[in-house]
Amino acid sequence: MARLRITRIWQCLLGALLPLTAHADYAWNFPKPVTPMALDTLQVHNKFMIIVMVIFVVVLGIMIYSIVMHRKSRDYQPAGFTGPSTRAQLFWTLVPFAILLYIDFILMGIPAFHSVVAMEDTRTDADMVIKVTGSQWRWQYEYMDGPAKGISFVSNMTTPQEQINNQAAKNPEYLLEVDNPLVLPTDKKVRVLLTSSDVIHNWWIPAFGAARDAIPGFLRETWVKIEEPGTFRGQCKELCGKGHGFMPAVVIAKNEEDFNAWATSKKAELQAAAAGADKEWTKEDLIANGKGIYEKNCAVCHQVGGQGLPPAFPALTGSKIATGPILDKDNKMVKDGHLDRVMNGKGVMPAWKGILNDTEIASVITYERNALGNSLGDMLQPAQVKAMR
Amino acid sequence: MSYSTTVDHEEHHDHPSGMLRWLTTTNHKDIGTMYLTFSLIMFMVGGAMIMAVRAELFQPGLQLMHPEFYNQLIGVHALVMIFAALMPAATGFANWMLPLQIGAPDMALPRLNNWGFWLLPPAAILLTLPFTLALFGIGDGAIATGWTFYAPLSVQGGIGVDFAIFAVHLLGISSVMGSINIIVTIFNMRAPGMTLMKLPLFAWGWLITAFLLIATIPVLAGAVTMLLTDRHFGTHFFDAAGGGDPILFQHLFWFFGHPEVYILLLPVWGFIPQILSTFARKPIYGYKAQVYSLCAIGVLSVVVWAHHFFTAGMPVPALLYFMYSTMAISLPLAVLFYCWIATIWRGSMTFETPMLFAIGWIILFGIGGLTGLVLADVAADAQYHHTYFVVAHFHYTLFAGGIMGIMAGVYYWLPKMTGHMYNEKLGKLHFWLTAISFNLTFIPQFFLGLAGMPRRIPDYALQFSEFNMISSIAAFTLGLTQLLFVYNIVSCARGGKKATDKVWEGSNGLEWTLPSPPPYHTFNEQPVIR
Ligand code: HEM
Ligand SMILES: [Cu+2]
Repeated sequence: MARLRITRIWQCLLGALLPLTAHADYAWNFPKPVTPMALDTLQVHNKFMIIVMVIFVVVLGIMIYSIVMHRKSRDYQPAGFTGPSTRAQLFWTLVPFAILLYIDFILMGIPAFHSVVAMEDTRTDADMVIKVTGSQWRWQYEYMDGPAKGISFVSNMTTPQEQINNQAAKNPEYLLEVDNPLVLPTDKKVRVLLTSSDVIHNWWIPAFGAARDAIPGFLRETWVKIEEPGTFRGQCKELCGKGHGFMPAVVIAKNEEDFNAWATSKKAELQAAAAGADKEWTKEDLIANGKGIYEKNCAVCHQVGGQGLPPAFPALTGSKIATGPILDKDNKMVKDGHLDRVMNGKGVMPAWKGILNDTEIASVITYERNALGNSLGDMLQPAQVKAMR
Repeated sequence: MSYSTTVDHEEHHDHPSGMLRWLTTTNHKDIGTMYLTFSLIMFMVGGAMIMAVRAELFQPGLQLMHPEFYNQLIGVHALVMIFAALMPAATGFANWMLPLQIGAPDMALPRLNNWGFWLLPPAAILLTLPFTLALFGIGDGAIATGWTFYAPLSVQGGIGVDFAIFAVHLLGISSVMGSINIIVTIFNMRAPGMTLMKLPLFAWGWLITAFLLIATIPVLAGAVTMLLTDRHFGTHFFDAAGGGDPILFQHLFWFFGHPEVYILLLPVWGFIPQILSTFARKPIYGYKAQVYSLCAIGVLSVVVWAHHFFTAGMPVPALLYFMYSTMAISLPLAVLFYCWIATIWRGSMTFETPMLFAIGWIILFGIGGLTGLVLADVAADAQYHHTYFVVAHFHYTLFAGGIMGIMAGVYYWLPKMTGHMYNEKLGKLHFWLTAISFNLTFIPQFFLGLAGMPRRIPDYALQFSEFNMISSIAAFTLGLTQLLFVYNIVSCARGGKKATDKVWEGSNGLEWTLPSPPPYHTFNEQPVIR
């Protein structure tokens, strides 16, 4: 009778829980691992979870037994012992201790040792090196060698502000989408060097099992060896200011052939963009080009309309710097002028010369001077920016 | 010498009353009451802040606040909960109960005691004022770096960071003063016959805590002062461009920060065995083993700090050292668990509210401890670190292991302190609602963390929606439930069934030999322990 009732309760509970598990959105464990490191961490994690679960259930069982049996309402008479006195009691105190010692330093300790050593070994058999630079709030990628050597670009989140503000329906990849994903070859051990241009960030893609801080002024490293093609998404996970939640890292893994093809076409694309610096641009083209660049890179802080968020982020509308002269009469860059500030940054404002190319800097400056409530009517040619580098 | 150690207390019976009594008091019970009241108020303030956060996280998208304000809320929530709710609660109990438990007439340094308390309200104001100033356009709000102040983010932060630095200085001075007082009291004012090995466990827990505080608070004070000079006086301690190192800050911070976690918990580990023993009607099991374990944990806690930033990069030997030393803490901790369970084993248990909290505490704190053991693994930690898995883990230790332990203590000693019984039905309801909604709040956060949700983000990817919604609803329930707690305490302080001197059938210890409430001046004649 009692058993029947218990099965009934279980059925009800399961019935209530089933819709939860059927729903795909209830992701509750590590994502499917695609690198040796992630596979290793998942296995270590699963093993540990089982161990601690068993410890928990055994201890809880003992407690529940005691709570049910040894209660005053059952007239149970309290014992008076205050420590192990007989040999059997001593045995029962030492055994759990020994078991725990074994679990800590053998059962968990040994696999943990091997994982750590493998995780930190970034150099053995490394096939290529990339450099990842964090900055508030975007990632910058640079290929240091291999077929993609020399390629470098910035990766910004592309989720539109309207979706974040709940004014538009959200994309399936909400907050986890970028304009320029990092592309990596599969089955190659990639050494990842990390640094930062402002505060500490952490480059993390759960399916890779690799997470490492990007620290300003220092190099850190980790490695990935992606075993299957696909798109893998992660986020910065070190609090880095107000945009911390909006700094996704997306990696597309391609097989070697596709990767090489991508490298070739990306190089051509970057070359074309750099060539733009040598041609003469019209003001209208610069402004049109600058709008997109502004909204992608600058609007986070200075706001779409240029009103800024004073006192932390100054307004650009009517700003002394943004409406002041760019070049002095000798055609030198004005110190603390518009171009200087954009190229070299100051405080929280990043130095954009390492992030944007000449055309982009010229466009965004021209845009800032002729939009956002400013109308100076002048413009800056990419060639002039190039000359100032 | 301070007068409280002399025997002629009767002349002081014309102590001030009304407001002045509370401002100038040097009486350990008054000061204890002030600490506990302050703690309760700040617990509600910190709770309100995090309810706003949970409301923002109820759904993906930004509904209520800017990311900047969100970051301020989580940072101040943590600082308030740790420094203004949990620590003062433990100090409040120390003030109230240590003299009673060791047979002393008062704390050894009463004037210092008064100062120790009155540094807290200004510190709490410094922490929360920047919110208000920002409303009037002054500064950009409170500290937005999380409670860890990591440089260089804190170097570029606004005026709120300076406020928080000064608040930490005040809180630190207050804690060190309290610690000195507790150490001196325990060493000098014990009743004749109370050897150190007869000291109540609560006193032992606090003694070790006090030493830890004195050893580590100055390091924190130094770190935030270096931060202050980096911010305003052109030094470059944490700036690589000037030859400094941002990771230095993390070392300094966590050299304090890790022991701090034990500072919050050791006093609780002290009195939980007393509660278990009372309601199991059975003596504490393994007193000596517990004392030695508490000492061992105290020592180990200052040598494992770097496990908080494994992903910042360290040489392999350092990683291994911090991993194995962290795992080693589980051994003395397991001894404590063993003793707690052996204390109730074959007892004759009843389940009044303090006992419910104490038992629930063992189970929930156990989850915190076991997940901590897993976190020690460097490789797995790369995945757990800075995700909601960690948030869930440390709430199992700080909320369940800290706050719920304090709640057990409140229900246990409230009748002694007020002279009235609290409402037992309400107390039990409070326990069950707290325990259930606590688990429903934080179990989903374990899953969220494993699935890849970073912590300290104001908005999240769609795959995290469902668990966040569950967690938010449960957190609101948890928050509202605490109103029951406040109501129960207030009504108990104002009246109710008279409490007997012994209060609990199975209680033992000096405090239960006194009337409830104990007279203003206790132990005019020192008790003698045999
Ligand atoms: C009603 C009870 C509580 C709820 C629902 C709650 C919830 C939360 C949440 C959602 C966060 C933010 C996590 C993130 O975004 O990374 C947080 C942070 C935190 N909470 Fe609580 N909390 C509660 C009580 C406490 C208590 C009692 C303590 C300590 C005594 C505490 C200590 C902390 C700490 C240290 C942080 C980290 C803040 C940071 O990232 O700097 N919380 N809490
Ligand atoms: Cu970041």
